[in-house]
Amino acid sequence: MSEETLSAAERTAILRDSLGVGLATGAYGVSFGAVSVAAGLSVAQTCALSLVMFTGASQFAFVGVLAAGGTPLSGGLTALLLGTRNTLYGLRLAPLLRWRGVRRLLAAQVLIDESTAMSMTRPTTAAARVGFLGTGVSIFVLWNLATFLGAIAGRTLGDPRSYGLDAAVGAAFLALLWPRLTDLRNRLVALAAAAVALGIVPVSPAGVPVLAAAGVALLAGVLTRQPDPTEFPEPPR
Amino acid sequence: MTWAAILLAGAGCYLLKLAGLSVPPRVLQRPAAERVADLIPVALLAALVAVQVFAQGPHLVLDARAAGLAVAVGLLVLRAPFLVVVFGAALTAALLRL
Repeated sequence: MSEETLSAAERTAILRDSLGVGLATGAYGVSFGAVSVAAGLSVAQTCALSLVMFTGASQFAFVGVLAAGGTPLSGGLTALLLGTRNTLYGLRLAPLLRWRGVRRLLAAQVLIDESTAMSMTRPTTAAARVGFLGTGVSIFVLWNLATFLGAIAGRTLGDPRSYGLDAAVGAAFLALLWPRLTDLRNRLVALAAAAVALGIVPVSPAGVPVLAAAGVALLAGVLTRQPDPTEFPEPPR
Repeated sequence: MTWAAILLAGAGCYLLKLAGLSVPPRVLQRPAAERVADLIPVALLAALVAVQVFAQGPHLVLDARAAGLAVAVGLLVLRAPFLVVVFGAALTAALLRL
């Protein structure tokens, strides 16, 4: 991890890859915006989620719990639990990125799956920073823009169910989960968590089933030994 | 209430990110803690899929959303991009409800 300067060609190559990922990921902010207003949030609340929370799975979870009739409190708790993985990314990236003070405070907001994936494997601090910021900042800008457009569109389209937007949320969660399902233990944990959640649905308030499923992760983590081979996010397709 | 939850959970998510960049790595180095933290997204996302698709209030139901999910699985197997998966599921459910 040297401070060597990056050649212009390397820098351009990393930036090009990062912007490609940024464009692809940012665009699906449209689906978040549409889904969020369909769940009953206002356009302003939807945009606030993308600006302040800015971590896709947590945002989808928050509006998903609300759409199912859960309280904002259980929505917020689910979002926080899903946000814990960003802490792990940060722990691993900190020695590579080596930012301090205000720069670290700013960089933290764009610490997400994609910026981690695009900086994790770089050989130098300089290269990792270009990958991290190129990906993180382009996604931040596009994700927020797309959220606003999606929310406006969702507003004007009318009943979201006739467009199948309620089915879109389940598909979005599955797509986020998919890369982790290559590992057998993860598959078993996913199945058990789904079963626990559905089993609790008839007897508990909305929002609780999803939180209860976190117990499956707790049990599996304590009772198993081998590390998870899919732990790092793959660079998105 | 919704606003408070948005701002608090949003601030919490930011602090979780900042903590990762700021805390000495040793804190989460205990293997069991690390495994639990790794598995939480898997369990939560799977539960979210299940509840989002098969629950209607306190009832378990099988409707157009399940067909949308089946199409999403097919598209994921075919390595379709995120947006195609999401809109493919929506389109399926929408067409079934016509």
